[in-house]
Amino acid sequence: MGLLTLSSPHTHGPNSTSKVMAIVALATVPGLIAMTALFGWGTLINVVLACAVALASEAAILLLRKRPVSFFLKDNSALLTGVLLGLALPPFAPFWVTAVATSFAIVFSKQLYGGMGNNPFNPAMVGYALVLVSFPVQMTTAWALSTQMTGAPAMGFADTLSVIFAGNAHLADAFSGATPLDAYKHLIAKSTSDDVLAQATFNGWLNGGWEWVNIAFLVGGVLLILRRIITWHIPVAMLSALTLCSLMFGWDEDMYTPLSLHLLSGATMLGAFFIATDPVTASTTPLGKLIYGAGIGILLFVIRTWGAYPDAVAFAVLLMNFAAPFIDAYTQPRTYGHSKARRGLPEKK
Amino acid sequence: MTNMIRLHTFNGGIHPAENKDQSTSRPIASAGIPSELVLPLHQHIGAAAQPVVAVGDKVLKGQLIAEAEGFVSVPLHAPTSGTIAAIEPRAVPHASGLEELCIVIRSDGADEWITHQGLCQTLNVEHLQDITPRQLVEHIRSCGIAGMGGAGFPTSVKLNIGKQDIHTLILNGAECEPYITADDMLMRERAIEVVKGAQILLHIVGAKRCLIGVEDNKPQAIDALNAALVEVNEQHHIDVVAIPTKYPSGGEKQLIKILTGEEVPSGGIPASIGIVCQNVGTSAAIYRAVELGEPLISRVITVTGDSVARAGNYDAMIGTPVSYLLQLAGYQQQKRERVIMGGPMMGFALPQLELPVIKTSNCLLAPTEKELPLNDVAMACIRCGMCSEACPAELLPQQLYWFSKSQEFDKAEQHNIFDCIECGACSYVCPSHIPLVQYYRYAKGAIRDERAAQAKAEKARLRFEERQARKDREEAEKEARRKARAEAAEKAQQEKKAAAASGDVATAAPAASEELEKLQKKLDAAQTAKAKTQDKLDAAKADESMADKIPAFEAALVKTQDKIKELAKEIAAAKKAAKAAQAAEPAATATDKGDPNSPERLKRKWETAQGRLDTALKRLEQAKAEGLDTVDALQAGIDKQQERVDEAKAAYEAALSGDAPAAPAPSAEELDALRKKILAQEDRVQKMQERHDMAKADGLDTADALAMGVQKQLDKLQQLQQELTAAEALAANANNGAS
Ligand code: SF4
Ligand code: SF4
Repeated sequence: MGLLTLSSPHTHGPNSTSKVMAIVALATVPGLIAMTALFGWGTLINVVLACAVALASEAAILLLRKRPVSFFLKDNSALLTGVLLGLALPPFAPFWVTAVATSFAIVFSKQLYGGMGNNPFNPAMVGYALVLVSFPVQMTTAWALSTQMTGAPAMGFADTLSVIFAGNAHLADAFSGATPLDAYKHLIAKSTSDDVLAQATFNGWLNGGWEWVNIAFLVGGVLLILRRIITWHIPVAMLSALTLCSLMFGWDEDMYTPLSLHLLSGATMLGAFFIATDPVTASTTPLGKLIYGAGIGILLFVIRTWGAYPDAVAFAVLLMNFAAPFIDAYTQPRTYGHSKARRGLPEKK
Repeated sequence: MTNMIRLHTFNGGIHPAENKDQSTSRPIASAGIPSELVLPLHQHIGAAAQPVVAVGDKVLKGQLIAEAEGFVSVPLHAPTSGTIAAIEPRAVPHASGLEELCIVIRSDGADEWITHQGLCQTLNVEHLQDITPRQLVEHIRSCGIAGMGGAGFPTSVKLNIGKQDIHTLILNGAECEPYITADDMLMRERAIEVVKGAQILLHIVGAKRCLIGVEDNKPQAIDALNAALVEVNEQHHIDVVAIPTKYPSGGEKQLIKILTGEEVPSGGIPASIGIVCQNVGTSAAIYRAVELGEPLISRVITVTGDSVARAGNYDAMIGTPVSYLLQLAGYQQQKRERVIMGGPMMGFALPQLELPVIKTSNCLLAPTEKELPLNDVAMACIRCGMCSEACPAELLPQQLYWFSKSQEFDKAEQHNIFDCIECGACSYVCPSHIPLVQYYRYAKGAIRDERAAQAKAEKARLRFEERQARKDREEAEKEARRKARAEAAEKAQQEKKAAAASGDVATAAPAASEELEKLQKKLDAAQTAKAKTQDKLDAAKADESMADKIPAFEAALVKTQDKIKELAKEIAAAKKAAKAAQAAEPAATATDKGDPNSPERLKRKWETAQGRLDTALKRLEQAKAEGLDTVDALQAGIDKQQERVDEAKAAYEAALSGDAPAAPAPSAEELDALRKKILAQEDRVQKMQERHDMAKADGLDTADALAMGVQKQLDKLQQLQQELTAAEALAANANNGAS
């Protein structure tokens, strides 16, 4: 009679992977708006550019791998990688920096591992780390100053396009500068906190507008938790660890970056809610997520404080990606009916 | 609710659309009497029932048609009166899709009951006290009651709690699966039966309290149950507990956790923590069995889904065809037909509609495609962990999926795959639409197969190692025996030498004969010399001129004579010594008699081994005949014993050929015993042959093994005959020697 016989369950919840990816991407919108409002068109242009490159690279490699292109493009994972990279890169980064980072992220750190779900490292962060070590100049000087700092409106759309695509970097001279994290770290070595704040970069504003960006990402992240797309474990663990480290080792504002700068500057919130929580490369057990998040928080503090780079979300996340499978193996939850959790690897027979 | 019950919660769980209202709008309707009922003999966990009726028999409603086979089994009764139309394999509602033996009844429409009687006429607690729990359990078993909620475990087995102390009886009225309302409607309409069933169950298990867990989306059922409790004045022992609606709260383990906070140990049963859990439908069936004497011949089943016009609950006879029920409910065939037995979460899609309703069937769900869309193509797992958040068993479904897919079964086991209850919550929430449960079923099956194979290999390995060790041991023993023999021979030699040294005449035999010859020659020479001297003496006596030489000749003669005498003496002594040496040789071999390797001993050893083998063989035959599962073990033992026998025999034969001249002639008794043995062996061969012929005639697959057995026995017979011949020859020799 040809009845349909499929295995149970015969019903399915409303969720889908494409939807999950789309929701995560949408949750970055508050952050994107804040970035655009404070730093000009650069970020928005980057996001669009990165998305285009991401989708194009994904499609190209899917063709090479003889996979159904539209089916996989619809999972929105390439799109999300593009969005995250666009948000993370400096607003005035030349177009080729963005293009290299994005295509490397998609091709090498995702598709060459077998595509979505099989990559051990966060693709966006691999792309970011690549351009950070390859093009340190562009990656540190192409940051924009916020309108709060400059006291003037942001650079116009046409000029921004010209800076990014035509290499007319000089146009951005008046609008760009080191990030507050970078500046504070360098200046505090020679002066006191009060002196630093008096400097032009800060103009009396500790976070130089970044606090709004971070708060906007925080809002987006909380929405994700409420929608049960991500769980609280990783962001909470990461921010707590960062806070704790800062209070324990970096409490002296005249020597170290202060806590408020750690939390509300740079890519902290973007990292905590959108990057560290990338499910594919993170730990997946409840306890594992706490350890994983805390690890990122600690590494972030260590690299920011004693390392060569002003910000360190990419490296911290990548380092913990290494540890995730190991963490998972040792943090299995206790199963119903078992007196204690079974952890570790199976004994070799 | 009289007492406040503190509720607990289990991890995870989901809230799929309930879809229950469709089938609760009308009361339970009778499904009527279909013209043909198909009753699978195997509707429960355990052994299938055995038919006690024949094709053509007339049966009455409630009449026993198949009886339980073994402890974990339940009997089967005719759901209506009619004729047995067939007893044949038919398709049954089981995921395997295999056919199983069914009894087919053509109903006569009269629905005529067999005379039946309950254990107590009007059930109340006082009457219950007069019946022992044993009687009740036996009655429940004879009424064919098996769990009606899920797997269909024979209820009587579940109630056989042994020495376990049961403190709580739980009735499962959660009915958490979407769409299904059979228990809900049963509780609404027959709450009193459920409650009275609970009374009986309380009496049986000896629990102090009973909790009836009902999801709070069934307020009418809860009210009805509470009203029934008041009616029978049982508010003090029995509590109806409203639990939050969450799938799968009706899972036995989950319900126990919700109501008591306790967890059933992994791999254990609820009784081990003092809890017995029964479905509310089962409870009602128990009541009907005990008070009315009605066996389990019908059940309430929900027929629902957008493909049926009149969704509702039907009281259907066991064996009612699915197609019949669907028709009753106004089924409209869809383009892509799909009918699920059970709910959307755990039910299974029927391969065809000509299948019977069985004791465990609680729902027929015929959805349209719009209603329950088919699953999309699965995407890759993004490790989002939504599945583990939903898993009521607190597993990591994403990891289990990964390990199952990559066949890393050891890791899947390490991640407790066998604690998965296949509830499907993980699949339900998975955004990548991965059919996770399917992977787990596959992995569980593969692991079970692997375990079975491993156990088998392990057994073989042990056997091999044992054999190897035994061989080594025997090798060592043989070596030791050889050494012992060599030493013994050496000792005998030394003893002989010592004897030769102590006795002056006793020389070694070859030396003695040589000496003897020499002496003989000397004696001959002396005698010649004497004769010559005598001649000379005679001549001198005759010749006067030589008279002065006579004394000299006479003296020489005396001397020669003395010499001859001496030589004769020496010869006699030498002869004696040679004889003594000859006598000493058998004496030296005789010392071997105390040696454990003497042929007699070896033979005795062989005989005992053979005797043991014979007993073992007998036992094996018995075990085989009774189909005991000790057959394997016995066979292994016999193999071993056979080896021992062979060895003993080989050792004996070696001893026999090696020490042949020393072998003592077998006595008449020994010969007799040997002959008897041969007779017995001939008997054995004949029996074996008969069995072989029988097996061959019946085309049994034991024929080959038996043929081998016959050959073995024949070989043995031959051996015995050879032995007898040898022994007889020996005996004859001995007799000749004696005469
Ligand atoms: S819900 Fe699906 S996609 Fe998410 S972790 Fe589980 S199996 Fe993977
Ligand atoms: S099917 Fe198994 S793994 Fe999935 S949620 Fe249920 S118990 Fe957990």
